Amino acid sequence: MDKYLHIENVGMTFETKKGPFVALTGIGLAVKKGEFVSLIGHSGCGKSTLLNLVAGLLSPTAGGMILAGREIAGPGPDRGVVFQNHSLLPWLSCHSNVHLAVERVFGAVEPKAKLKARTQAALEMVGLAHAADKLPQEVSGGMKQRVGIARALAIEPKMLLLDEPFGALDALTRATLQDELIRIVSNTGATVLMVTHDVDEAVLLSDRVVMMTNGPAATIGDVLEVDLPRPRERLALATNARYIHLRGRVLEFLYHRQAKRAA
Amino acid sequence: MSSIALRKKDAFAVVAPPAPASSPHPSAAALTESAARVAARSRARPAPTGYRRAQAPDWLLKAVASVIGFALFVCAWAAIAKFGGRIPGPAAVWDAAVVIFSDPFYQKGPNDQGIGWNVLSSLKRVGIGFGLAALVGIPLGFVIGRFRFLSDMAAPIIAILKPVSPLAWLPIGLLLFKAASPAAIYAIFICSLWPMIINTAVGVQQVPQDYLNVARVLNLSEWKVFTKILFPAVLPYMITGVRLSIGIAWLVIVAAEMLTGGVGIGFWVWDEWNNLKVEHIIIAIFTIGVVGLLLEQMLMLVARRFNYS
Repeated sequence: MDKYLHIENVGMTFETKKGPFVALTGIGLAVKKGEFVSLIGHSGCGKSTLLNLVAGLLSPTAGGMILAGREIAGPGPDRGVVFQNHSLLPWLSCHSNVHLAVERVFGAVEPKAKLKARTQAALEMVGLAHAADKLPQEVSGGMKQRVGIARALAIEPKMLLLDEPFGALDALTRATLQDELIRIVSNTGATVLMVTHDVDEAVLLSDRVVMMTNGPAATIGDVLEVDLPRPRERLALATNARYIHLRGRVLEFLYHRQAKRAA
Repeated sequence: MSSIALRKKDAFAVVAPPAPASSPHPSAAALTESAARVAARSRARPAPTGYRRAQAPDWLLKAVASVIGFALFVCAWAAIAKFGGRIPGPAAVWDAAVVIFSDPFYQKGPNDQGIGWNVLSSLKRVGIGFGLAALVGIPLGFVIGRFRFLSDMAAPIIAILKPVSPLAWLPIGLLLFKAASPAAIYAIFICSLWPMIINTAVGVQQVPQDYLNVARVLNLSEWKVFTKILFPAVLPYMITGVRLSIGIAWLVIVAAEMLTGGVGIGFWVWDEWNNLKVEHIIIAIFTIGVVGLLLEQMLMLVARRFNYS
């Protein structure tokens, strides 16, 4: 198997005032090039921690990670990250937010006109060319998140890391953006790791769903192959028996095998 | 000059930048609500077109309230003047003000100049002292906010010096500069310094981790991090520091000039006290108040420009 991203026996222990807290232990996962993998689990299971480890924002206390043949030693623009709360800089226009990333990655080797074209292409890809000059506070939550996706993809990363990208959006906007993400990913062939707590989102978008056990000392509980053909269509899948079965498997894992007591 | 007991309350405070104006203006909400009510009513009763319950606009109510408040204030003042002996009443002060403001920029020697010159020389001292404090305080605030060790180093010094009235530094200023005007500027510098350092440092410490994460995942250069993320994120806090500093500086300059003499609105107050022209002192009080208000409003405008929430 072509292991593009290779997570090997990774563990993460945080030092807290009350002593060490083991967040993750014994995580092993291989992601193929062009594969879409979701991480799902109850809140507090460390799925975002795992994503931050791959992003390089955290360093694992055990094990190691390799992306495209190189060890992940810190954050870098070879991974495009989309944060849950969009994290756009409020004083920069949508265009400038994307351009900041483009300039960082291609600024040294490409002329200014090319950088501008790249930025515009990224905004067009997410359907926001018309809002390029708007400030983030002037556009809707869904549009902000699209800019975040454009920023992450504009730098042509080896891998796209999505941290509950649609978690803060309303259900209808979320559905639109999921469809859009399906289209973008199939057009770009991006390799994606996505954290989510939405079962439908995980099954609809992913090639594989990685289900995590509850923390502390969370690890991968089970991995579900989503063998639904692409392109996938939301409405058709709603009544698809295979989809319903797969969805049921995830639900069964979350609410039966890893049932969490009401907080 | 007889010795006087000068007491000044100075209040330095770390004040967060103006609360994000996320909630719409209350009057706007009220307006839309009343508009909705009007709309609902007109839907229920389609007949009387153009009917609207007369309702005073918000700004008008505000203006009326301000005028009534001011009128009451003047009445109270007139009553005090009538029964209180030496205090001149509003009419006498108004007459004196007309004379003074009809020629604000006359010059009859160093100790007799128009009120315009007095205000301008006070503003100049505040401007220089404050400008120097900004030059020193803002960069200092940045490094103190960025590096924990420096912050721990500076904390005890700031904690001890901050509550000291800037006027206590005046003798040191006189000793150092051997002249009145630089000593006053020095006092302004000292009193403007602390809010600027503290607010900038707090601003740096409050930069949202999300923004810094963006910088980290993109591996932005230190320069880009500073210009695109740190500086704009800290700017509202800096402006708050500037606003506090200017407010305090304007309080302090009056007292400092009373002590140092020369030209300036504070000196003028003291000079008119020696001349027993109480009307002029009251005029000075209003002038100081209006100038202070204008400074504050100006900086509020600037702050609004850089509010991104």
